[in-house]
Amino acid sequence: MDVLRVVNLGVEVQGRRILENVNLYIRSGETYALFGPNGSGKSTLLNAIVGNPVYKITSGRIIFKRKDVTDLPTDERIKMGMGIAFQVPPKIEGVKLIDVLRYCAKIGGYKEKDIFELAKRLKMLDHLYRPVNKGFSGGEIKRSELLQIMLMKPDFVMLDEPDSGVDLENISLIGEVMRELLQRDVPKKDRKSSGIVITHQGHILDYVDADYGMVLHKGKIACIGDSKDILRQIRKFGYEGCVERCLREI
Amino acid sequence: MSERDLASKEEIEKFREVGIELDLSKRSATFLQEDQFVKTYTSIFEGLEMMSVKDALKKYDWLKDYLWKVLRKDQDDYTKEVATSEDFNGYFIRALPGEKIDIPVEACLYLKRALKQKVHNIIIAEEGSELNIISGCTAHPSAVGMHIGVSEFFVKKNAKLTFTMIHGWNRKIEVRPRSAALVEEGGTFISNYVLLSPVMSVQMYPTAYVEKEGKAIFSSVIVALEGCKVDSGSRAVLRGEKASAEIISRTVSKGGEVIARGHIVGEAPAVKGHLECKGLILSEKGLIHAIPELEAKHPNVELSHEAAVGKIAEEEIFYLMTRGISRDEAISAIVRGFLEIEIKGLPEVLKQAIDQAISSVEKQLF
Repeated sequence: MDVLRVVNLGVEVQGRRILENVNLYIRSGETYALFGPNGSGKSTLLNAIVGNPVYKITSGRIIFKRKDVTDLPTDERIKMGMGIAFQVPPKIEGVKLIDVLRYCAKIGGYKEKDIFELAKRLKMLDHLYRPVNKGFSGGEIKRSELLQIMLMKPDFVMLDEPDSGVDLENISLIGEVMRELLQRDVPKKDRKSSGIVITHQGHILDYVDADYGMVLHKGKIACIGDSKDILRQIRKFGYEGCVERCLREI
Repeated sequence: MSERDLASKEEIEKFREVGIELDLSKRSATFLQEDQFVKTYTSIFEGLEMMSVKDALKKYDWLKDYLWKVLRKDQDDYTKEVATSEDFNGYFIRALPGEKIDIPVEACLYLKRALKQKVHNIIIAEEGSELNIISGCTAHPSAVGMHIGVSEFFVKKNAKLTFTMIHGWNRKIEVRPRSAALVEEGGTFISNYVLLSPVMSVQMYPTAYVEKEGKAIFSSVIVALEGCKVDSGSRAVLRGEKASAEIISRTVSKGGEVIARGHIVGEAPAVKGHLECKGLILSEKGLIHAIPELEAKHPNVELSHEAAVGKIAEEEIFYLMTRGISRDEAISAIVRGFLEIEIKGLPEVLKQAIDQAISSVEKQLF
């Protein structure tokens, strides 16, 4: 069954065109790795899918679980099973991490004690009563985002650079949690979770395999293929070289 | 006397909203003044005196020297009015030397029928004592008039006084508190002000005069609903070496007008002061005017301020919506968080009283 269809999507931010004519089709159980240079529109794509009002849809539709969600408010999309972990989430003075986790747990159907158990696993127990994201280190932000998304139990998972700024000691923890979120250890035929993982360097793919990789380039999807192949091309020839080769092959 | 003899069920409910329990299992002393009439006062601690200021003036000859000691009678029309009137009352609260009274003292000023409620309060924390006070001010829903509240605080050497004032008036009441504190060497004065419900107008500028190594901390949380005018500030005059002050205000306008003032004067060597003024404006009709002022009269002072006024960041609302709550719920969580300032050294029970005040008016806010 198809989970997400993005059709001819065009997105503008403050009058600047970021995405143009993006088409994407993700089936249940599939994980995509999304590559692309800085400013290519990777985060924009995820923000548009989840409905960030700053990202104006200028053309096209977003179909989620066979429902047109293009004009649906974000919280409704979340209730339908989307989940997102941000690269740089805002800090909110006065709203504590525990408050946010309680909203998440409500969506995922978790109890108060589950919050503490998962927080312990992600080493965030000491941060529960601090304003969310305020003074969190890079790695703490990533763990906090993953903790939130775990509690929401989404079946369509979007992770924006979950590995950047994470020290070596914690990268395997992050990888393990991601595997769980995306059900990578569940046999393919039984796998329900799908998602998109943005990664810059691709190190996280050593921990989480992806079914497909795709490269965003100048606001368009330049190629889709085996994630490891694409990563190899990017490492060898850079984004420009990789895209050139992809386009040649198409 | 039971609480039901003192007030009706509705009144007791109103008192609770401003932190007044009339329950001596939760308070160390209680005081209730309706208009000009003091209905009750009781203290259950030996080291703590609580009585009407008129009774106290009869009991203690020395007390007259404290009247109009930190405030001037001719400061303005309101102080003049209280100074020249015989028809006033108020509370006298005094912690005896070295007494540490954790359980809060409560004092309720209730405006029911009077057109003008005139109050003069004297609060003394004697040397080395510690005292926590909740002062709840409220009005009958049909009351019309003005509350003029003169308060003089005396924080003696190494004493610590925490004063939390919660206001819950109505749209026909004008409020003119006139307060000043004298903080002696090593003393700490913590003053918290909470105004969340409608009022016609409030205008006040409490001042603390802080001596050597003394400390003054002012925190205010103010919400102005449509039609309300609030002009409120806190001032600290750092007169002694190494005195310090911190002034924090959080203001929200939902259609009302707020002037948020703050003023720190550094007059002595090695004094420190910081002023933080933050405002959220939630409606196009509202107004927030932040006026932070710093005044250095000595080269060796360290004074700073930060002020920020604006709307709620869309990015924050969106972030919470990605955690499954609606836009309205997200806004309410952010505003609530904005109002919940961490007040250093505030006893848990006072924090609860403030949280309760926020909860009880939350529905009107969002």
